[in-house]
Amino acid sequence: MTFNTSRFTTALVGLGVAGLTLSACGSTSSSGGGALSKLGKGEGQVNIINWAGYVESGANDPKVDWVTKFTADTGCKVNSKIGNTSDEMVSLMKAGGYDVVSASGDATLRLIAGGDVAPINTALIANYKDVFDSLKMQKWNSSGGKAYGIPHGRGANLLMWNTDKVTPAPTSWSAVFDDKSPYKGAITAYDSPIYIADAALYLMNTKADLGIKSPYALDDKQFTAAVDLLKKQKTVIGEYWSDYLKTQAAFKTGSTVLGTTWQVIANGAQGEGTKVETILPTEGSTGWSDTWMISSKAKNPNCAYLWMNYIISPEANAAVAEYFGEAPSNKLACGKTSDPKFCDTFHAADEEYFKKVWYWTTPTKACLDGRGAVCKDYAEWTKAWTEIKG
Amino acid sequence: MSASASLSRYLHRHPRTRLGLLLAAPVTWLVLAYLGSLVALFLTALYKTDPFTSDIVKTIGGQNFSELAKTAVYRSITIRTVLIAAAVTLLDLSIALPMAIFMARVAKPRARNPLVVGVLMPLWASYLVKGYAWRAIFDSGSGVLKNTFGSSPGFGLVATTVALAYLWLPYMVLPIYAGLDRLPNSLLEASSDLGARGNRTMRSVVFPLLLPSIVAGSIFTFSLTLGDYITVKIVGGKAQMIGNVVYDNFGVNNIPFAAAFALVPVAVMIAYLLTARRTGAFENL
Repeated sequence: MTFNTSRFTTALVGLGVAGLTLSACGSTSSSGGGALSKLGKGEGQVNIINWAGYVESGANDPKVDWVTKFTADTGCKVNSKIGNTSDEMVSLMKAGGYDVVSASGDATLRLIAGGDVAPINTALIANYKDVFDSLKMQKWNSSGGKAYGIPHGRGANLLMWNTDKVTPAPTSWSAVFDDKSPYKGAITAYDSPIYIADAALYLMNTKADLGIKSPYALDDKQFTAAVDLLKKQKTVIGEYWSDYLKTQAAFKTGSTVLGTTWQVIANGAQGEGTKVETILPTEGSTGWSDTWMISSKAKNPNCAYLWMNYIISPEANAAVAEYFGEAPSNKLACGKTSDPKFCDTFHAADEEYFKKVWYWTTPTKACLDGRGAVCKDYAEWTKAWTEIKG
Repeated sequence: MSASASLSRYLHRHPRTRLGLLLAAPVTWLVLAYLGSLVALFLTALYKTDPFTSDIVKTIGGQNFSELAKTAVYRSITIRTVLIAAAVTLLDLSIALPMAIFMARVAKPRARNPLVVGVLMPLWASYLVKGYAWRAIFDSGSGVLKNTFGSSPGFGLVATTVALAYLWLPYMVLPIYAGLDRLPNSLLEASSDLGARGNRTMRSVVFPLLLPSIVAGSIFTFSLTLGDYITVKIVGGKAQMIGNVVYDNFGVNNIPFAAAFALVPVAVMIAYLLTARRTGAFENL
């Protein structure tokens, strides 16, 4: 194969021009947009980005289904796309084509700042009045006095272990941060930069002299300590997980026996007969407070509002909370759970308990604990995460 | 006279217009969708992102490339990826060479087509199914290796190399088979008439003639490995390759940096192709 060099160069220059024009067309500008003022007729469908277990139509487990009733009630067909990490959700929302997202606190502010989500007219959400007051208009779901989301539920990242292989049962996160662990090579950790906060939380409890006040506000020294701890942890890690079905399978085959997890994964594993238990370790944990948000470019805003109202209705909110293993956001949901003690178990109204849970938040240069602009922002967390994995 | 008849007469008289119309669609496709996307990739690599909202800021600068160059972890990931690609290529070559010799020279002529079909057969199955099959084999908890031999290397670079070598094997076997198939018998007979034994014929006659085919096959195995990120996710344990970093940066919407890193395999491949061109391998593609 030979080609004429000068002609080839001319072609490349031409292409460069074409490419420039193309990329100029591809840009999208963020538009703030106001909240919906009046609810109209449903558009027939709604496209949702959600955490695994939030939008169940009976496809995974015939007994777990709250989507069918919604579609029957409203005529809105539900198209669900699972986001494995907050980063994936932000990136999908930026790409567009989705109406609603179940965003955690480490995604919400980024979405609001990027103009990817629109304010919400809470008057159009009939069930909003029954949401716990402590979840309304918080710093992760509102901005400038405007509500940007409907609280969905909250919970903690847990420590899971295989009861056959791991004895005695762990009670502390030290089980996954011990570089001489007997379970070397069979330990897992969540594959996302936000996992650095888990290390920071552990250091907050074990190394008081670092003076960590919030695992999401880390200055240079604190950040380096957390990153070093994770680099040491890497030597005992078997694999990192972000795909919840893969980690469930890894616990099943036994290639993973210990590590961080969500209750919904534990439920799935136990459903398959895997012998696993979960615990909220003594140090407390990182966790989430999730919010339904509507895209500023939503094509189906009416169905989106109908969905947000439906998913926090006492029945649906109770069903999701029980399936996912988190505290519901609707007070009345506690009366609708199949296990009457469910809300107590998950501390739905227990603010003291949730003080031990550090909700995922986007780290910013201006420290979240108010120390000034000395903290590492999320871009640096992301780079550090690549470096930790090596 | 109908319009279509006059059009066809016009085209008949103007062969260049005819050729132009015929080639317009594929050339547009090639230029816009293929080369155009490469140019767009390069341009994107010059942008940067806002650290908080992760929106793309369209100011031109080389910051992504300088970060790539000065950060040690990206260097080691690049080296690891190239080494895996080289290992996969060598592994494939050592399996494909005897296989192709058997298929083209030893097996009976009527057995050849079924053998080719047999080599191609794995390509009919889904990539993911094959990846997860290797996961089931290498699983250190209760995988096939563990259950049969009592131990398994577990998920990691070994599993990644083996799984990728399996996935790309047909791409190595076929060019070598085609090269051997074309080899005239007369050359082998001449070699033997001049007193060369099997080994000597292999070394001095077959191998030089086969080299372009081998290089052609290695281009496939090498470049496919260079861009892979799924297999290493499935069986690579905690290892990451260039593709994973590109994918992760897409996840945090740092598309400019992803684009910059994605150009590294392109550069490696251009160097590889330029070297390969000297062997005349492209005549076998």
